[in-house]
Amino acid sequence: MKKSKLLIIITAVMFFFLLGPFVIIIMSSFSGDAIMKFPPRGFSLQWYRKVLNIEMFRTTFWVSLKIGLAATLTALLLGVPIAYANVRYRYAGKSLVELIFSSPAIVPGLVIGFSLLRFFIYVTQIPIIIGLYLGHTAILFPYTVRVVSASLRNFDMGVEEAAVSLGSSPLHAFFAVVFPNIKSGIAAAFILAFITSFNNVPISLFLTGPGVATLPIQMLIYMEYYYDPTISALSSIIIVLTVLVVQGAERLLGISKYM
Amino acid sequence: MSYIELTEIDAGYTKGLPILKDFHLKVEQGELVSLLGPSGCGKTTTLRTIAGFIMAEKGKVVVGGKDYTRLPPNKRNVGLVFQNYALFPHLNVFDNVAYGLRRRKVPKSDIPKKVGEVLKLVSLSGYEKRLPAQLSGGQRQRVALARSIVIQPDLLLLDEPLSNLDAKLREEMRAELSRLQHQIGITMIYVTHDQIEALSLSSRIVVMNEGNIEQIGPPEDIYERPATPFVARFVGFDNHIKGTLSSRSEGKTVVVIQGRKLVSTRALSASVKALNPGDPVEVFFRPDDTVLDDSELANTLPAAINFTNYQGYTTGYSLNTGGTSIRAVVPGKPCKDTGRLFVSIAPDKLIVEKC
Repeated sequence: MKKSKLLIIITAVMFFFLLGPFVIIIMSSFSGDAIMKFPPRGFSLQWYRKVLNIEMFRTTFWVSLKIGLAATLTALLLGVPIAYANVRYRYAGKSLVELIFSSPAIVPGLVIGFSLLRFFIYVTQIPIIIGLYLGHTAILFPYTVRVVSASLRNFDMGVEEAAVSLGSSPLHAFFAVVFPNIKSGIAAAFILAFITSFNNVPISLFLTGPGVATLPIQMLIYMEYYYDPTISALSSIIIVLTVLVVQGAERLLGISKYM
Repeated sequence: MSYIELTEIDAGYTKGLPILKDFHLKVEQGELVSLLGPSGCGKTTTLRTIAGFIMAEKGKVVVGGKDYTRLPPNKRNVGLVFQNYALFPHLNVFDNVAYGLRRRKVPKSDIPKKVGEVLKLVSLSGYEKRLPAQLSGGQRQRVALARSIVIQPDLLLLDEPLSNLDAKLREEMRAELSRLQHQIGITMIYVTHDQIEALSLSSRIVVMNEGNIEQIGPPEDIYERPATPFVARFVGFDNHIKGTLSSRSEGKTVVVIQGRKLVSTRALSASVKALNPGDPVEVFFRPDDTVLDDSELANTLPAAINFTNYQGYTTGYSLNTGGTSIRAVVPGKPCKDTGRLFVSIAPDKLIVEKC
């Protein structure tokens, strides 16, 4: 009995630390005051009106959306075959490939890589937006490869062999039999990777340059100049959109078992 | 030329480390041949080599006059049934069965008729719209069977198809498989580690051990006249006692164990025929080929009871005779332990093998 009471307290504290910041952000976004304060005074929707009218947020939102989608799709297009090869076959250098593509533990190390990439961009003069796209694709691999690998491991290899013995080529068997059964894993990978890209700050910081920024970078820049609840309103919008997307995908595809 | 011929096959999962070495097997059309053996004996490797999921490093695979050796699995006309059914989870029964027909470009209008016929054959008419998850284990295995026979394969390969089913269902499915085989006369190769399955279904049994064939023959041959100590043990000659060869004459072999003479009237293997009196040998017999008595009968060894195990119709005994522990299974209730017990084995139930 005593133990369960302690458990309840720990759980409550956990929830407080996890959800507390969200509550503060959402509450302050409805503030009637001109500066960020907690608890907020008054109620207004002015910050929401304001955020929708700031053009740099609109343009950077589209930049983030485009980069997120492009990088996620690329990481999936390359990540699915990599995951498939790693789950199904043994080959020389497999553990190295696994280490590179599926271990988020080495992602922080990539920051160094991006200083190098920055140099690479400087030398080769490729457009900033392409640099952002390449960088984001690289950090999304662990998410796509890991999640897709997990759903492939749950799928019985015999089913694929059955399809082949019935006359499918290995490629046809993949699309006719494997793909329909790992769809939700792929959807989970998509959502996880897209959210990761959309929210990423450190990599984008290295790779943005004059005239091009992603939404989180723009928010950071804005906050350096103005300390008003506009950012809270924008954050609240992003939180709500994220919750809606994840919930919708869970309802339709049951993605939670892959995350 | 036989219907299926595997000649000088080297095959395995790692190149240069074949599980099958110089493997030969011939199967006639319409036969049901079981590959029987413990796990790791190469029976599944043999099956996968025929199916094409393992490419033989050496040798030749011929089925129905067609050279299968270098053909990829999807170009071989082979039906496969797996232990865990391997149905397509996202397709209903109809689409599962129709899969192979569609891959073979069978005219769309013919498909419903063919699927209907084969579902009737496995007694699953009316289940077309069900998903695999909505079927019982036995029903799933019937769908798997239907799916693999509807394409009219050159042969049907079954990899322990009944081991995931419970005992009662297994018996039912065994009868069903037997019926199907007689009805459609398809050649089948059946992998199992269950001797009862192999004995009841097969026209011939191939007993395998470590990639080699120990014995090939009809079920009675395998069960009654095992050719090697390995086969003897595998088909239930669980008891083995060491002794010395005393004399050998036409149809009668005498072995001395613990100073007593035991007679065997069974045919001897070549390796035993080469032995001389005085050489060490081993005798094999089944636990249920024993008679227990408190007086000394013919072909008898003294024994002491370690423990008894009442099983209803029969009683199992763990016995000790001259330091060797043996098992006996005898009809009836456990006998009273008077301290004086003899176990006797009929001369035609005793196998003599080289030690």
